[in-house]
Amino acid sequence: MADVFRALDDETRRLILDELVARNGQTLFEICGVLVSRHGVSSTRQAISQHLAVLEEAGLVVTERRGRSKFHYFDGGPLTAITRRWPATGRDPS
Amino acid sequence: MRIRLTSIFVDDQRAALDFYTDVLGFRLRHDVPLGDDSWLTVVSPEEPDGPELLLEPAGHPAVKPYRDALVEDGIPLVQFAVDDVEAEYARLTARGVTFTQPPTDVGPVIVAVLDDTCGNLVQILSEKPGQPGEG
Repeated sequence: MADVFRALDDETRRLILDELVARNGQTLFEICGVLVSRHGVSSTRQAISQHLAVLEEAGLVVTERRGRSKFHYFDGGPLTAITRRWPATGRDPS
Repeated sequence: MRIRLTSIFVDDQRAALDFYTDVLGFRLRHDVPLGDDSWLTVVSPEEPDGPELLLEPAGHPAVKPYRDALVEDGIPLVQFAVDDVEAEYARLTARGVTFTQPPTDVGPVIVAVLDDTCGNLVQILSEKPGQPGEG
């Protein structure tokens, strides 16, 4: 679970997840393009690639090869461990 | 100095000629036998005297690792201007062309990326209406 918190503790990585939720299954090229055009994130491709590796280690991003290209997908599975530990419910009025 | 010709590596020149003419819509310009291969170029029918695209054999050992790495990351090796990316996307997917990236709004232009079946990714782009041209 520590990996998940570390992975989420970065604005660029959170934006990457936002974009994958908006359209799942993107190449590195597409992710870099939408980050710079929609969010002004002008990091190098190598830097974005490293962010994706952190997200992948945490299980929040999975990759799949189709043809000769690699596509990235959001996987919210690891987030359920958080709400299992701390249920996402409001305080009951007393 | 002018840009007269640009080149991409293709796995098979004849298959590439079919794809670039029959599917994409370019026109054969030069087909000159050179040993086992040809000096093979295409042009846009909209600019028959415009820049030529050389379809160059991909035999050199450096080509495969270079292209494999770029294609894995979805990076196109050549870019073509079209009037309407959405219309081309519809036309080409109907012809069985595979896109690694559907039409995507990236600000001043719409882009999409397709597989040329000859080892390359190709980006097509169109300017959005009301955007200043490139002059």
